[in-house]
Amino acid sequence: MEYLARFLIGGLAVSAFALLGDMLRPKSFAGLFGAAPSVALATLAIALLQHGSSYAVAQSQATMWGAIALFVYSIAVCQLLIRRRWNALPATVIALVVWLSAALCLHLLLGASA
Amino acid sequence: MIVKISLSSLKEGHWYEYLVRFVLGGAATAFTGMISSRFGPSVGGLFLALPAIFCASATLLQRHEERRKREAGLRGQRRGQQAAALDAAGAALGSIGLLGFALAFTLLAERHAPMAFAAAVGAWAIISIAAWSVWRRTRVSGRTRIFRHSCAPSAKDAQRRFPNEQAATKSSGHSADP
Repeated sequence: MEYLARFLIGGLAVSAFALLGDMLRPKSFAGLFGAAPSVALATLAIALLQHGSSYAVAQSQATMWGAIALFVYSIAVCQLLIRRRWNALPATVIALVVWLSAALCLHLLLGASA
Repeated sequence: MIVKISLSSLKEGHWYEYLVRFVLGGAATAFTGMISSRFGPSVGGLFLALPAIFCASATLLQRHEERRKREAGLRGQRRGQQAAALDAAGAALGSIGLLGFALAFTLLAERHAPMAFAAAVGAWAIISIAAWSVWRRTRVSGRTRIFRHSCAPSAKDAQRRFPNEQAATKSSGHSADP
């Protein structure tokens, strides 16, 4: 039941931000919504209600490392699309390895000491 | 360039594209919950910035651009890739805003939870828009080449593809955004 609620809340939050992003021009501005805190909002709200503020704060601290990894990921996707001339689907999926590596490295280097 | 709202772009999308994003968003949120339960909040929190939705958005954007070009009798693959790259450049700038979101929430959540959410969303919006404005200005003036060569078409390329916008670009100081 908990995961169904997460699924519905997360799906609605993501759809709302995606819809807003679709309506905006130019595309580089609409791209800001590719990094919108839609999943973060839904998850942090549930974490706050279910586990309390210290749990939610621990999650949001880790989100900082995830956001830096997202920056690295986005640059990697740019490179694959423009320099390597890959299509969007393989570029965005393969680059997930970059995001995961960067996020876990930052977590191990900085997250443990935080 | 001024930011515009284009309701006509919603008509280009199919209903199943919105369904895909709803399902991906829901799945990412449920997955984050599972990771947090299994490995703790400090690992689960990383996945709050998982670009799961971005894969779908960039792919759909490329397809829409290609379809538009095909209707005009062109192949449009390169244009589709460039549109997706601009979307990725925007996501890179938005990730700076996401960093601000997480920082604001971390600082305020223990004191006042509703205010923490409001401040975090505000921080994301302000930082993202500010980063985008700076990026556009630096891209136009050519003072920095960080994104220019990696994420966006060159000025020469833009002039070749958008000859009608050449005069406007010169007079306003803004380059064309496909």
